[in-house]
Amino acid sequence: MSDAQKMVKVYVMGEAYMVPEGSTIIGAFEYAGFQLKRGVGCREGFCGACATVYREKGDYKMKGGLGCQTVVTDEMYIAQIPFVPADKPTYKMEEITPDAGTFMNLYPSVFRCVSCNTCTKACPQDIQVMDYIQAIIRGDIAEAASLSFDCIRCGLCALRCPAEIVQFNAAILAQRLYGKYIAPQSKELEARVNEIIEGKYEKELNDLVGMAKQELIDKYYSREIKIS
Amino acid sequence: MPKKIKLTDKGAEFLKQIEKLSGETITMCDQCGTCSGGCPFVEEMDITPSQIMRKTMLGQMDVLDSKTMWICASCFTCTVRCPRILDVSKVSEALRQTKLRQAIDNIDIKDISKEDAEELPSIAVVSAFRKFTS
Amino acid sequence: MKDNIKIPYFPGCTLKTTAKNFEISAIEAGKKIGIEMVEMPKWNCCGVVSSLTSDDLMKHVAPVRNFVHAEEMSEKGTVNDSRMLILCSMCFNTMKNTNRRVKNNAEDMKSINDFMYLEKDYEGKVEVVHYFELLKEIGFDKIAEKVTKSLKDMKIAPYYGCMLLRPKEIGIDNAEAPAIIEDFITSVGAEPVNWDAKGRCCGSYHTVNNKDIVVNLAKGIIENAHRSGADAIITSCPLCAFNLDNRQKLIMEKDPNFKTMPVFYFTQLLALALGLEEKFIGLEDHYIDPKELLKNKNLI
Ligand code: SF4
Ligand code: SF4
Ligand code: SF4
Ligand code: SF4
Ligand code: FES
Repeated sequence: MSDAQKMVKVYVMGEAYMVPEGSTIIGAFEYAGFQLKRGVGCREGFCGACATVYREKGDYKMKGGLGCQTVVTDEMYIAQIPFVPADKPTYKMEEITPDAGTFMNLYPSVFRCVSCNTCTKACPQDIQVMDYIQAIIRGDIAEAASLSFDCIRCGLCALRCPAEIVQFNAAILAQRLYGKYIAPQSKELEARVNEIIEGKYEKELNDLVGMAKQELIDKYYSREIKIS
Repeated sequence: MPKKIKLTDKGAEFLKQIEKLSGETITMCDQCGTCSGGCPFVEEMDITPSQIMRKTMLGQMDVLDSKTMWICASCFTCTVRCPRILDVSKVSEALRQTKLRQAIDNIDIKDISKEDAEELPSIAVVSAFRKFTS
Repeated sequence: MKDNIKIPYFPGCTLKTTAKNFEISAIEAGKKIGIEMVEMPKWNCCGVVSSLTSDDLMKHVAPVRNFVHAEEMSEKGTVNDSRMLILCSMCFNTMKNTNRRVKNNAEDMKSINDFMYLEKDYEGKVEVVHYFELLKEIGFDKIAEKVTKSLKDMKIAPYYGCMLLRPKEIGIDNAEAPAIIEDFITSVGAEPVNWDAKGRCCGSYHTVNNKDIVVNLAKGIIENAHRSGADAIITSCPLCAFNLDNRQKLIMEKDPNFKTMPVFYFTQLLALALGLEEKFIGLEDHYIDPKELLKNKNLI
C-alpha cells in the first residue's frame, strides 16, 4: 500500500468532502462522517435499501445506482434516497386473475406509461423495466414476472417515472400471479406441504425443540450435507 | 364605423398561449358554425365547439371552465370540414393541456370501479388517462 | 409485386387482450392471401391517442421507439417489406400521425432521437400501412378469387369510425365519401349497405367515465344500421367494437325495445369467407352472439 491514499472530491447533498478513491458511495458517506440508519442494509447489492442518485462531472445524465456497489468518481454529486413513497394496495390472491384487468383495478397508473424508458435507464439491476410495464399493459403476466425477476425494490424507477407508476410493486403482483396461476406447479412441493399438514414432521420438530443447546450445536455440525 | 374589440392584457396573453399550443390561428375563425353543426358530441356540451373558438379568440379565460374541451373526443369531424382549415380538436387539446399542466386532472384514476376495470379494453383506459390526467 | 408480403406487424395492447379474435383471424386470413405478418420482437404501447399540441414531444416517443424496432427488422432481413402493418385503427392513426410529424420536422426527429440515446436513431424509413390498404394493394378482385365460402346473403354496414378516415392526411380513403370497406365487403361476397353513420364517432374513451355518451352514440349508430337493412356491423377498431358490441348491454337496460346487432372485426368475415376453421375466427369473444345470424345464413 502506498503511503498517501489518493483522495477524490465528492459533493454529498451539495457539501464537498474528500474521500478515498475507490470508495463506494456508502463508504464515502461514512468516511465523511454520516451515520446511516436508513438507506443501507446488506452492503452486498441484494437488499435494495441503498438507492442513490448522482451526477458525474461534465455529464448531464442523472444516474441511479446502489450506494453499496457504486464507486465514487471525482467531483460526483450524490444524494441518498432512503425511501421512495409508493402506494401498495392490498388484495387477496384467491380473488384476482392473471390478466391486465387485475392491474387496471389495482395499479391503474401502469396504463399511463408513455414508453419513455427512463425507468430502464435508472435501474441499477439492468432490468428492462419499461418492457415489463409494457408486458403488463398487454396482459402478458408471465413475461412481466420473468423480466422483473431480479428487481430488488430499490425504487429508483418509480422515482424517475413521469407517469408516476410504482413499477416495483406492480412487478411483485405480476410475480405473485405468475407463481400462483401460471408457473407449472411442483408436485414434490405439494406432497411435502401435505405431509407437513398431516403432521409427519411434528415429532422430529418437537424433539429438536426439546434438545439442549450443546446437543443442538453438535447435531448441526454433524449434519449430512448433500451437494448436488 | 366598425368597432374594434380590444382584449385585456391577460386575455391577449391567453389567446397567444392557446394559439401557440394548438398551432392554430384562432382569430381566423369566421364563426360559421360548421364545426358545431357536425360535432357528434355537441348535445353533451355546455358550449359549442365554435363557441370555444370565439371565447378563446376574445381572450375569455372562463372557456377553461366549460365542459366542452373535456367532451371533445378528438374525432376530427370538424377538422376535415372547417372552411378556414382550422382544427378545433387541437384547440380543445390546448385548452385541456392548459389545465392538465397545472396538475388539474379531469378524472381520478382510482374512480374506475373494479367491474369496469376488469371489463374495459386497455385501449380505452390508456386513451382516457392520456386525455384526462396530467 | 412480391408474391408474399412479409411485413413487420405491430399488434398494439388490445389485440393481445380483449381483441384476440381480431388478431388471430387477421394472421390466419393473411396466410391465405399472401400476407405474412411477422410480429415485431419488441414493441410498446403506441399511446392510443396522439398528442395534438405543438410541443409535448414526449407523447411521440412511443411510436418512434416502435419505428426504430421496425427498421431493425428490415436491416436484419427478417421481412421483405419495410413498412409497418397495423390492424387497430387507433394505433394506426397514432403511429401514422407521429411518423408524419417527425418525418416532416427534422428538429423534432432529432430531439426524440437524442432523448432515446440508448436506442438506434430512427431514420424515417418506415411507412405505416393498415390491413385494409394491404388488401386493396393485393387487389379486391384477387381476394374475391380466393373466397371459398361467399357471404352472399349478408348485408353488412361498413363502419369506419374516426380513426381510419380523419384527419385527411392520415385517413386511408376519402374522409367524407370512403369506399374501401365497401369494396372489401363486396369482395367477400356480401352486400355493403349504404348508411349515414359510417364515419360517426362511437364515443371513444368516454366509455371509461361517461358511459351515457357512448350509450347514446352507439345506440344511434346501431339503429341507423338497422334502418339501412344491415345484418351486422364491421369495424377495425377494438374500442369501437367494445362500444358498439359490449355497450349494447347498457343500451338494452335503457331501452328494452332495442334491437341488438352483432359486430365483427372485418378480418373475422375475411377468415370466414376464405374457409378458415372456426377457431381462427373467434366467434366466442362477442357480447352479442353472432352465431345465430351466421347459422341462419348457412355460413357455419
Ligand atoms: S425495477 Fe425499479 S425497483 Fe426494481 S431494481 Fe430496477 S429500479 Fe429498482
Ligand atoms: S419511466 Fe414510467 S412512463 Fe417511462 S417507460 Fe418507465 S414506466 Fe413508462
Ligand atoms: S368550422 Fe372553422 S371557421 Fe367555422 S366556426 Fe368552426 S372553427 Fe370557426
Ligand atoms: S374533434 Fe371535438 S369538437 Fe371536433 S367534431 Fe370531434 S368532438 Fe366535436
Ligand atoms: S445495502 Fe443492500 S443493496 Fe446496497
